[in-house]
Amino acid sequence: MRLHDLAHCRAGDKGTVATLTVVPYDDAAYPELVRSLSVERVRAHLEPWVAGDVVRHELPLVYALQFVCSGVRGGGVTVSTALDTHGKSLSSRLLAMEL
Amino acid sequence: MTPTTVRIGSGAGFAGDRFDPAVDLAARGDLDDLVLECLAERTIALGQQRRLADPDAGHDPRLHARLAPLLPVALERGTRVLTNMGAANPVAAGRAVRALLDDLGARASVGVVTGDDVLDVLDLGAPALEDGRPLREHGEIVSANAYLGADAITPALEAGAQVVVTGRVADPSLFLAPLAQRLGWAPDDVDVTAAGTLVGHLLECAGQLTGGYAADPGRFDVPDLAHLGFPFADVAADGSATYGKLDGTGGRLDRHTVREQLLYEVTDPSGYVTPDVLLDLRGVRVDDAGPDRVRVHGARGRPRPDRLKVSVGHRAGTRVEAEISYVGPGADARGRLAADVVATRLAGLPVAPRIEVRGGPEDARLRVAARGDDPAVLDAVGHEVEALYTNGPAGGGGVRVHRTPVLGVVSTLVPRSAVHPRTTILEAVGAAA
Repeated sequence: MRLHDLAHCRAGDKGTVATLTVVPYDDAAYPELVRSLSVERVRAHLEPWVAGDVVRHELPLVYALQFVCSGVRGGGVTVSTALDTHGKSLSSRLLAMEL
Repeated sequence: MTPTTVRIGSGAGFAGDRFDPAVDLAARGDLDDLVLECLAERTIALGQQRRLADPDAGHDPRLHARLAPLLPVALERGTRVLTNMGAANPVAAGRAVRALLDDLGARASVGVVTGDDVLDVLDLGAPALEDGRPLREHGEIVSANAYLGADAITPALEAGAQVVVTGRVADPSLFLAPLAQRLGWAPDDVDVTAAGTLVGHLLECAGQLTGGYAADPGRFDVPDLAHLGFPFADVAADGSATYGKLDGTGGRLDRHTVREQLLYEVTDPSGYVTPDVLLDLRGVRVDDAGPDRVRVHGARGRPRPDRLKVSVGHRAGTRVEAEISYVGPGADARGRLAADVVATRLAGLPVAPRIEVRGGPEDARLRVAARGDDPAVLDAVGHEVEALYTNGPAGGGGVRVHRTPVLGVVSTLVPRSAVHPRTTILEAVGAAA
């Protein structure tokens, strides 16, 4: 099973920092996401695209996990040579993660 | 008399947003205020360059196209319109809006907010927040704009402006200012200020709250994206809000779309920083409240920061992007061979190009991208990809080479005392001063 089967995700960007918001389709799946999406696993999965730290915030009242990823490879939106200069597609990269 | 609720709509979430949803909202939404957020970080640096070439340019190039169909509808219904389409030239934008209203025979007054441009007073020896290096070491600085807060917008509203044009202000402040002015919120009441900031944060990306940027067929289905409706909020005096969209529009508005937007670009949910307040999202609740209706409450605030963030644009060379496609059997292998050829040919260059083969096994596209200052070097990158036509693998086609000037953006902080927001009211021709 992949994260895509359980949750949706939105990426935001602030320079070379990317935010990834993960929300389960079913609120009841939130505890499972908290267990499965450890900082270590997410950082390992995103390693090709994220060079720096990954910080996780839990927001149980809205059943959401927020990952703040530093050091998006390529230099961030303004100077990147990547096709997706913003890193908008990181959300879909994360959803490809096997659980 | 202070109203019990205010209805505020979101008519644009970025400079490239659609025009028609705002007109529909203005016509059928029974709005008090409508906000058009059209100014991304880099946009103002690009605008500053246009302004250097033409003193009347530098505002949003789509200003007329976006406002011409909208303003007659909004003003007829008493809906105020606020926008940051002034970009690098709010004064010229204000004059353009005034001319548009004069052409329409509309008497409404236009408020112009300036003072965000701090390029002339900025200490370029100050460190950039991103890397600690002095600003001037990032390249030629072309723009520096402070993020103004709601307090910079309020005087225009108090003066009766029905259209307000700004340059750089914090996006949520465009929403907070009219809410606070109508609902009588004091700037030092941190919890209602936080609640109004949250309204702005949720609405500022327009269709991203109503199912835009969320659709994933079979998983996250969104009806009728071609006619996505933009959101509005009914905001109560305590700052709690119910979000909605117009009947008959596409999209969807529910706890899922709102939860995604709640945390969009938020790096610290305990303290989202704006010029007006530190917004604490940890106690916020998002609940479905009927079809395409969502109730949000629970924002808390802490006092606003002492310093204002300044977004600094600098030249960062030119980016070249060159691509060629290979399709059919062995396309992927031919794409990788082309990548090897280009890498070999460009090995001696003083820039390290990004070389990647994208797509699937039978539809591969080689992409080569580099950024630098030397036109000859950048030309060599594009030239080597073009040369693959007759020197590379079989069946290469669809070469495209693009060159784009690159503007980088870094930020710094300045004391509030270094920034002086000003308001100018542009009355209709022949109106009493």
